[in-house]
Parts: sequence; structure tokens; C-alpha cells
Amino acid sequence: MSVTLPASLAAGRRLPNVWDIVAMICVFGALIAVAHVARGTMVPIDAPGATEVSLDPMRLPEYAVRTTLRMFAALLASLIFTFTFGTAAAKSRRAGLVLVPILDILQSVPILGFLTFTVVFFMNLFPGQVLGLELASIFAIFTSQAWNMAFSLYQSLKTVPADLNEATISFHLTGWQRFWRLEVPFAIPGLVWNTMMSMSGGWFFVVASEAVSVGDNTWKLPGIGSYVALALEQKDISAVLWAIGAMLAVILAYDQLLFRPLVAWSARFKFETTAGATADDPWMLRLLRRTHVLQLAGDGLGRFAGALGGMRLSFSHKPRGVMTRKPSRAVDIVCLALLAVILIWIGYEVVRFASEKLTWWDVAEAVGLGLITLVRVAVLMVLASLIWVPIGVWLGLRPVWARRAQPVAQFLAAFPANLLFPPVVLFIVYFDLSPDIWLTPLMVLGTQWYILFNVIAGAAAFPGDLREAAANFRVGGLLWWRKVMIPGILTYYVTGAITASGGSWNAAIVAEVASWGDTKLQAHGLGAYIAAATTDGKMEKVVLGVVVMSAFVVLFNRLLWRPLYAFAQRRLTLG
Amino acid sequence: MDAALLEVRGCRQAYHKEASADLVVLDGVDLTLREGEIVALLGRSGSGKSTLLRIVSGLLRPTSGEVFWRGTALTGPADGVAMVFQSFALFPWLTVQENVELGLEARGVARAERERRAEAAIDLIGLGGFESAYPKELSGGMRQRVGLARALVVHPELLLMDEPFSALDVLTAETLRTDLIDLWVDGKLPVKSVLMVTHNIEEAVLMCDRILVFSSNPGRVASELTVPFPHPRNRLDPAFRQMVDDIYALMTRRPAAVPKAATEAPVSPLAMALQRVGINLMSGLMETMAADPYHGRADLPALAGALQYEVDELLPLGEALQLLRFAVVEEGDIMLTEGGQLFVNADTDERKRLFAAALRAHVPLVTMIRQVLDERWNHRASAVRFRDELEDHMSPEYADDTLRTVIGWGRYAEIFSYDEEAEQFNLDDIE
Repeated sequence: MSVTLPASLAAGRRLPNVWDIVAMICVFGALIAVAHVARGTMVPIDAPGATEVSLDPMRLPEYAVRTTLRMFAALLASLIFTFTFGTAAAKSRRAGLVLVPILDILQSVPILGFLTFTVVFFMNLFPGQVLGLELASIFAIFTSQAWNMAFSLYQSLKTVPADLNEATISFHLTGWQRFWRLEVPFAIPGLVWNTMMSMSGGWFFVVASEAVSVGDNTWKLPGIGSYVALALEQKDISAVLWAIGAMLAVILAYDQLLFRPLVAWSARFKFETTAGATADDPWMLRLLRRTHVLQLAGDGLGRFAGALGGMRLSFSHKPRGVMTRKPSRAVDIVCLALLAVILIWIGYEVVRFASEKLTWWDVAEAVGLGLITLVRVAVLMVLASLIWVPIGVWLGLRPVWARRAQPVAQFLAAFPANLLFPPVVLFIVYFDLSPDIWLTPLMVLGTQWYILFNVIAGAAAFPGDLREAAANFRVGGLLWWRKVMIPGILTYYVTGAITASGGSWNAAIVAEVASWGDTKLQAHGLGAYIAAATTDGKMEKVVLGVVVMSAFVVLFNRLLWRPLYAFAQRRLTLG
Repeated sequence: MDAALLEVRGCRQAYHKEASADLVVLDGVDLTLREGEIVALLGRSGSGKSTLLRIVSGLLRPTSGEVFWRGTALTGPADGVAMVFQSFALFPWLTVQENVELGLEARGVARAERERRAEAAIDLIGLGGFESAYPKELSGGMRQRVGLARALVVHPELLLMDEPFSALDVLTAETLRTDLIDLWVDGKLPVKSVLMVTHNIEEAVLMCDRILVFSSNPGRVASELTVPFPHPRNRLDPAFRQMVDDIYALMTRRPAAVPKAATEAPVSPLAMALQRVGINLMSGLMETMAADPYHGRADLPALAGALQYEVDELLPLGEALQLLRFAVVEEGDIMLTEGGQLFVNADTDERKRLFAAALRAHVPLVTMIRQVLDERWNHRASAVRFRDELEDHMSPEYADDTLRTVIGWGRYAEIFSYDEEAEQFNLDDIE
């Protein structure tokens, strides 16, 4: 039996190395930055410098830190939401009945449209303080991150392997212990992946949410988003480029420092029983493992977390093992009745509100504009697929290239496309092109990469023997695409396309309207409609636009993507 | 001594099905387990033996009947019971050591004590040196050793094993069995009694003191046998062989037709459950039986040994042949009939014809499907409808197996075609 030394003793045997010093500097630097930003949020809103930005590139590092911290605050909120909402939806049958459809809809609702109103709400919570604005911004980012994370947890909790569940019961683990020993570990790979996706999605909202105007007042929270907004106002192209550079640096930093190590670490929780090919540890993870101080801290944290998860807390006194308990019908009926009452009440309020301010003509207009945007999204999806599917397949079939291209595609997906708007707007203005056509590509600028990296993954996973068989029978040209490759990657393609098309709808709100100084470009479409209504402060039109857009997205998903995915799952996967 | 550790009385497990009678999985099962014995629940798949194990473990509450653990009624997983799973059920994100410690942690055992006991269990079961490995780094046999160590570390009074060796290859399984028995005989296993589920007759005779043989549909204890041999047992000992043969005979004995003849006057074509048996397996077995050294008659245990089949695989095959009158299974032997000989000697087309004739004569469901298809103007019929009707007579899994089998057989015999996508029977490719 090996002797386990107390942590302090073990540490005494090793001297601090260079990495320890580097790590100390990093940790303290981060702490000081957080403290600085936290002080900034408590000042009154009209204090000098509290809501002003300057285009001086020297200020960019500070702005970058503040923006990043906002994103992480939102991420924290999203995680909390995930673990409460997602768990409740999965654990309680009755809650799930309501929460799951809500989540499904929320995923498709372009929350961006509501920005103005959430700002007013949060400013009223903390009148005259920057904190209100900060919270509004964080909330906007949160709305772009939370849903898919919660969904991921929900789905994992619903698919925990039955034998492991039985094992935890027969070994007397309490509900709390089971949650932390079985359910959360099982959910981690999906959750980490979705957290990464959420971070990417969040950037889009940062740029939109840091500079807000309500009525005649415009506030700019110090951050990269405000910096970009100001640069656009003042037609300062070099400032835009500086901002892009800063953002690249930030994305690269948290990708390398946080997500690469996280993904590598989460591979341990992948539910597979055979050892697969493992990639090298990212340098950051190696660093963490080599740095004594950090390692000790990590071990301590791990022990603490382990002890916490191992506590024998139980939320119900009934033995969890006996699962044949019949659900009470009476309680079911009461719940459903309550739900029906609430729904009727909400429906009544909506109709009352709508009939006061809106006419059928408004609805027809919104739906008509929605159709225009629908055409845009459809055309873009076709174009993006025509371009990226062949490229993705080519890359995916070459393992060396696939390995190189995959992180690049993911990085591009993380890059907020709205930063690339200014050059495009300049281009349109300069050549005097039609905004109705030329603003359109902006909608897929950020979302097309989902198609690319999913197709790469699909092609990389394509069975080698099938490829060999196709080659052996001299299947080539169009036949090869039709009978071999496209059926083989369809599930992957659809997964990417769902994300891409949903994202494009959302992007329409920002992409159908673009400005450069005083020049305002506007395309016809539902996105522009919502954006205009937001600027005018017309609540009812924003609501209408958002509802119509959500309906379009949901219908698009239900009528096209889901059946396609189900078909691909059923017919085009082996086993 | 001989205190009853566990008592099951009048246990019945049924799944409620709307609009029809309950599906009974287990019926009238009594079981008493005393200290110091290894007991096997032996039966074919679907005989409810795994269900009984789950009831005993407290994972499942029986529909009716009582379970007493040390004299008190069982309401949930009992403290002195630990389970070994067929699929190992190891947590892939925990190391061997952490997996083994899991049960102790759940009981709130202090860290140092936990480590000490886990270490002891790991060494006992021959896993020393693998403490920090993750399950995916281990072979199947090593994984099941982890499963055993995890169960033993809590010092259970009763160890439950659910087909613990059936996911392992023959050699690995044998090593694990003998290791376990050695520990048991030497008194090194920290358990008082073992209850294991198996469908492997030799395994049961090799390891257990008592064997409860289950009959299927609904699961009942058909007979109880005491294994008189001392450990270590020799598989080649004639008495051992005789016992294996006897159990084979027991399991192939026609189910006493008492309940059927009495209650089911009009037998519905939908009341016949079929196990999934493929055409190739059937013709392969018939060809083997016709050739040397069997010449039309084979001893089932010997045949199983030669083909490396387990009783669970061989018996359904034999029964399918018997159903189609290609063979007769009796008292542990299987004999080719005249029809079977004809089939073996025929060419492909002729075989299809013979098979079709047998199907029409002996599998009413096939005839019924064809009849429905002939009557319809478009010669199409949804499979869902037949599945629903089957489910009135059997569990959904059985219904699915039956339907799948009939689809496979009917397609081969070219009695009908089937469209998987639309889940429809049709006559498109027929003549």
C-alpha cells in the first residue's frame, strides 16, 4: 500500500519552478483586473468616464478585459440557470411538461429584439447606477448562451445509461450523490461543447448590448462593443481594425487558456468503453499539471468538490430504488388545470394588448417581411451548402487537413461576424449596390462555419471500408456524391444546418440594417422591421416581429430540419 | 446455522397493459436463500430470472408477493446486498480505485478507511497495480473484476450476480469463475451467500450448490436441483456430465400443456411468440445435423459444445425447427425429421418452396398477413396493426421479436415483401 503524504509535506519536497512564478503573476493579475472592473460598476451613471469610450487603441486592453468579464458573468449565470432549469425539467415529469417546450421556443426567439426593454427594466432596478446597465448587458449575453446549455444538460440527464443508474441505486447513493457522481459527469462532454458554442454566440450580443440607447439617451459601457459602435459612428476604419485585433486576441486567449484544456479534460467523461485515439494535451493543461502551486490548488479544489458531491444529502426520504410508484392522477389534473388557467390568462392579455395597438394589417406586414427574410435564409443556406459541403468533405477525408481545419472553423464560428460588417457596408456604399441583396451575405457570415465543421466531422467519421468499396466498384462523379458521401454525412450536415439557419434568422436583426457614420443601409425584411421598431421604441411592433420570427424559425425546424434529421438517423446510420 | 437470509414468497411480476390482460413475467415464485450457499437462477432469456434478481435487490417492487430480508420486509435496496452487473456498469470517468470506493462513499465511510478497504478488495480480486487505471483501459475480464471488487468491498451478506460472465469470452469467463470459486472455498469472500442469474448450464453446475430452473412465459420455478459435488469440480467427471445432460433434458421437455389445453380453446394465430432466429442459422444447423458425425440425431449439450453455442442460443433454434416440423427436440436430443432431410438436400429455390409450405402450415400469423394482403385492393398492410394485436397476447419486446422473425421468414419464403421505411407489408416483389 502506498503512503499518502499530507499535501503540505508533499509540497515541501518540490521547490517552486518557473511555471509557479508565471502562474502567480497570472492569478494576481486576473484578481486585480476583476477588482478594478467591479469598482467601475458601482459608480453613478453620470460620473465622468463611467459611460464613455474613447477610440484610443491604448484603452483597448482595458475594454477587452471588461467585455470578457461581462461574458464570463453571463456564462456563470447561464451555468446556474442550466443546473436549476435543466435539472428541474429532467427530474420532474410535471415540470418537464412545461419547461421543455418553453426551452425549445426560447432557443428560437431572437431576444436581441427585446434589448431596449430589458435595459429599462434593469436601470429601474438600480436607478442612476452603472450596475443597471451592466446587468442589462450581461442579461442580453445570458439570453444567447443559456438555452442550448440547459438543453444539453436536460438531454444528458434523460439518457443516463440504465445499468449505471441501477448501480448507483443498489450501492445506496443518495440523490445528491447520484447527481454529482453519475449524472453531471455523464453530462459534462456535451455541456462543455455547448458552453463553447455559447461563448461564440455571446460575442454577437456583446457588440449589440454594450452601447444602448433608450429614447434620447445613449449609453456606452466601456468595452469592445461600445468601441466598435463609436468607431462606426465616427467612420474610423483603423479603430474598427484595432477592435477586430483586440477581439481576436481575446478569443484566442480564452480558447487556448480555458476551452482547449476543458475539452481535453472533458474527454475523460465521454461515455465510451473502448480507448479511442487521444489527442495530445493542450499546452495549457500541461502547464497546469506541471505547475506545483496550481496543481496543489487544483487537488485541493478537487478534493473539496469530491467531498461536496459525496455528501449523503437526500432530498426525499423515500427509498429511490422502488420505481414502480404510480404518479398521482389527481395532482396531474390540478397541475394541468392550473396551467390551462395561466395560459388562458396570458392569451387573453396578449389579445387585449395586441388588439389595442395592432391591426391585422400589421400582422400581414410582419408575415410578408418574414417571407422575404425566409427567402434570404433559404438562398443563403443553399449557397453556403454548395460551397462548404464539398470543401468540408475534401478536408474531412484527409485526416491531416481535418485536424488542422477543425479548430480554424470553430474559431471562425466563434468570431462575431458583426465586426466584419463595416468593411462590407463600406463596399456597398462605395459601389452603390442594392442593400436588399448585398446586405444578405452578412447573415451567414458567422453561421456558415457550423455547416463546415460538422461536415468535416462527418466526412472524417465516414467508414473507411465504405470508401474503399466505392473506389473498388469505380463509383465516381455525381454518383459518388449521391449514393456514397451525401447519405454518409447527412446527419452531421443537418446538425450543422439547423444551427446555421437558426443563427441566420437571429442575425437578420443586425444584418438587415447596417450603418456607417450617417449612412444607413436598410434591407427589406423582418430583421430590419424589428430593428426599426426597437429604435422607435414601439414595443408592440417589436413583440409582433419577434413572435412572427420565432414562428418562422420553429416552423422551419419542425417542417424541414427535424424530419430530415429523423430520416437521416433512421435510414442513414449503421446499427 | 442455516438461518434464512432471504425469503421470497408468492412473488408475481406483471406489467399492466391497457385493454387486455396483464403481461405476467413472473408468477408464483418462492425462494429461500440460506447462509453459506451459492444458488443459480437458470433459465432462458425472458424467463424472468433477471427480474427476480432485481426484485431481490430491491431495485424493483413485485406486483404481488413478499420479499423478506433477514426476516423483515424489503422496501428498497437492502444494506447487506451488493450487485454485479452483466454489462459491468462501471463509471468510465472514475478510476478502478474510485469505482470500487463508490459504495463505501455512499455509506459515508471515512476516506482513510475507504482507501484501505478498497485496496484490500482490489488485491483480493487480483487487480493490484490497476488502481489508477480507467475502465476503458481494461479488458472485459479485468472490468468484471472491478465490478466484483466494487460489490465485495462493502462486505455484503448477499452477493447478487446478473449473468456476470456472459459478456466475456470463454477463456476469460472460465478463469474468473474458478478464481471466484477458489476464494469462496477458501472462505476469503466477505459474503455469506451468492445468488446468480445465468443461462449457462455448465456454469451453474460448476459453481452452485443449488439450481432453480425457470420455465418461460410466465416465469416459474420449474424445478429445483441440488448439486452434490464438492469443489473443485471437474467438468469431465461423468456424474457432472450426466447432471448437465439432465438439465438440458429438463429445459427441452415440452412445457406441460396443462394450462393451454384447459383455457385456450380457440388458439389465436397471434398468441404464438417467436424468438428471433435467422434462416441461415436454421439451415446451417440442419446441414450440420445431417452430416457427420450426427447423421440426423444430436445430443444437445454435445452439439452446443461443438458449435460453441450457449443453451440460450441453441434452444430457440431447435424450437424454431421443431415448430416448422423440420426437427424434433426431446429429452436433450435433437432429431432431423423427414422434412428437415428434404430441406437439406434441396437447392435454393426448392428450399424456399419447402420453407414457405412449412410456414403456411405451422405459423398462422404468416398466413394471416398474406390473407390480409390478398384482400386489400392495393396489397398493402401496416405492420403496426399486427404488432398491436400481438401485444394483446405478449409483452411488447416479444411482439417485436415475433414480428421481426415473421418478416424475415416471410421475406425469405417470398410469401410477402416488407417496406421498412413505411413499416408496411406488401406484395411488390412477389411473382
